[in-house]
Amino acid sequence: MAASPDYSHFVKTDADGRSRLDLAIDGITCAACLDDIETAMKRSPGVILARLNLTSHRLAVTFDAASIDAGRLTGALESIGYRAYPYEQRQVEADEAARFSMLLKCLGVAFFAAMNIMLLSISVWSGEATSMPPETRDFFHLLSALIALPAAAYAGQPFYVSAWTSLRQGRLNMDVPITIGVFLALGLSVYETKHHAEHAYFDSAIMLLTFLLAGRVMDQAMRRKTRAAAGNLAALKGENALRFAPGAGEGQEKDADNLTLVPVAALAEGDRVLVRAGERIPADGVIEQGASAVDESAITGETLGKPVTPGDNIYAGSINGEGALTVRVTAAGHSSLIDEAARLIDAAGAARSRYMRLADRVSRLYAPVVHLTALTTGLTWWAFGASAHDALVIAISVLIITCPCALALAVPTVQAMASGAFFRAGLFVNDAAGLEKLGEVDHVIFDKTGTLTLPEPRVANGDEIAPDLLELAGRLAHSSSHPLALALARSARAAAPLADVRETPGQGVAAPYGDGEARLGSAAFCGATAPGGEADASAIFIRQGERWARLLIRQTLRPDAGKVVAHLRRKGLKIAILSGDRPEAVAPIARELGVETWRGGLKPAEKIAFIEDLASKGAKALMVGDGLNDAPALAAAHASISPIDAVHLTQTQADAVFLGERLAPVAAALAIADQARKLMRQNLALAIGYNFIAVPVAMAGHASPLFAALAMSGSSILVTLNALRLRGPGKGVNLLLQEARGGSPSAPRPGAPPAATAASSA
Amino acid sequence: MNVLIILIPAALALGLVALYGLFWSLRRGQYEDLEGSAYRILQDDDIEKK
Repeated sequence: MAASPDYSHFVKTDADGRSRLDLAIDGITCAACLDDIETAMKRSPGVILARLNLTSHRLAVTFDAASIDAGRLTGALESIGYRAYPYEQRQVEADEAARFSMLLKCLGVAFFAAMNIMLLSISVWSGEATSMPPETRDFFHLLSALIALPAAAYAGQPFYVSAWTSLRQGRLNMDVPITIGVFLALGLSVYETKHHAEHAYFDSAIMLLTFLLAGRVMDQAMRRKTRAAAGNLAALKGENALRFAPGAGEGQEKDADNLTLVPVAALAEGDRVLVRAGERIPADGVIEQGASAVDESAITGETLGKPVTPGDNIYAGSINGEGALTVRVTAAGHSSLIDEAARLIDAAGAARSRYMRLADRVSRLYAPVVHLTALTTGLTWWAFGASAHDALVIAISVLIITCPCALALAVPTVQAMASGAFFRAGLFVNDAAGLEKLGEVDHVIFDKTGTLTLPEPRVANGDEIAPDLLELAGRLAHSSSHPLALALARSARAAAPLADVRETPGQGVAAPYGDGEARLGSAAFCGATAPGGEADASAIFIRQGERWARLLIRQTLRPDAGKVVAHLRRKGLKIAILSGDRPEAVAPIARELGVETWRGGLKPAEKIAFIEDLASKGAKALMVGDGLNDAPALAAAHASISPIDAVHLTQTQADAVFLGERLAPVAAALAIADQARKLMRQNLALAIGYNFIAVPVAMAGHASPLFAALAMSGSSILVTLNALRLRGPGKGVNLLLQEARGGSPSAPRPGAPPAATAASSA
Repeated sequence: MNVLIILIPAALALGLVALYGLFWSLRRGQYEDLEGSAYRILQDDDIEKK
């Protein structure tokens, strides 16, 4: 078997014949790592250039493919303590980067123009008092026009494009009134300049663009940062598969020379891969050889192994049991299970796309009201004897003053702050609308397997066993490839494996230890008597001399699941568990967490039915789930979160993804989103309140350019400062979660009705 | 007021220089890694080994 994986799939060759590999690196903690990694890379023969990006934790290596193999590079990094995996830049990320640099350029241009126009405008305003000659004023206005028109044409592009797209789809978004405001302000100013009038509004138009662009750059920078971190996590999760060379592996004997370790991303349809006992299935496929039982809990939530034989379909993400399997890779999406999930997602997603963002809802009301006000103002002045020109100028000044600067900043600034807070709490937001929806939920629905419980089984009765015996079991387990042994090795976190271990296939492992022998395996192998079985756990035995113990391996709850569920309940949220697993396996978990509403053995469509039933009663449900069977439910729910180890299809349906073993990020997400929603509403109220003061002034015809400039920047700064309160004292993620961390685990409330509502459809 | 003939072009020129600086740094990818560059100055790999 090849010692290092074959990464040639990821290597790009440039025009000079040099190869380039991008790696995502895990384990970078400080600036010294930069030196470590680059030096280690440069010492490897054949490496021409290595450059680490300390912000995105990515390493770009340029090397000579003839003298060093790409797989050796990651080996070199692993030997100094950093985990690395090739990273393929996805299109979304490249788009985000391009958008960020475009916004930054626009901001630069707008800022340049705003500074210079302000220089001229302030001179004009102060000149009014000191009797500036009209010729100089006209000259200043002309100069302002020369700066403002090209700058607005360039820097306003993001708004014009978005407004145009939205109008063509027959909708109104915030960019429509912005675009109208900018065009009218510029048009009026050009007209006034031409007619040697006293007021021009070039500064208002450009300043509006500058403020708005600053808000968007802030939002985009945060989004790009989280996107890069999420991309790295996805890359580092990337696994390798053992692929047969074409035509090899047909016989019973497995020729080791015909197997290469390749990254999963390099697998193509028709490739044949070997899956050894206890390994994760790398891709969807059909079994060609071998029989085993696979754990499909990541797909269906069912924790009991499912027996499979040649000809059966298996899915990426399930875990192989005891037998080795040869699997022929088929294209994803060709299995009935995935087709069914995709169909349900399509149906459920339709309801979801009808959700309207807070800002869009406001702008739909705002734009007609404002334009109508301007029209009425103009007509009224005209009716009361003002000249048509004066009436028009006043009407347009109403539009300029109401141009939604603060309103357009109100939501994005809070959003940028909130995604920063999410990031620090170990959460990534997939979709900006998700943030608003998370703030609205009143029901939380959990999946069981992999969501409330840890994705991998652990030893459940560790505290009943003598510590030295447990440690011994862990050390023995390192030498076995049996799935139970793998689970044991993971949870025991044992030291070095024992020497001279013999494995008896299907029975257990044994090794000399002390003056006797230590054995780990089945009851018969260890000479132990198996007590009455536990329905939801598998047992493995350890024997050393005369002592023996039974280790129960089962899905265990996430360490803080009890506290988080209790915390959410205290916050007034209703909790439910919907699982695809057997009701017998769900019941103990529901009892332990004190959750009264639970269902077991549900199919995806039944989960959707439960959620839709809640929705029809006006409830807004948050679905937290990880399996493929949860994906439709995630799409149907008002808001959704999934853990990072969830299958790919599920993660793309979720509004947010959380990291780590703990469930606390779910509570954090709700707390932050709640706070963010409050701030968004406050900001919108502030922005509208500002209009109530400014509009009457403009309607009365007193909106001078100076007044417009002061009002606009004042209100923009006000909403931005208000958004910053999300980070202010008392709003840290840790403080919000203090209760969840310190709370007592799931003590039922006094006077709560007895658990009687439990039911199952199985 | 004749001084304006010098001052206004000077103000515009300074602004344009700064704007050019922004575009130049963006093109050179200087916003790609804001943290790493701060530490890179401390590296000694550009000193010739004796």
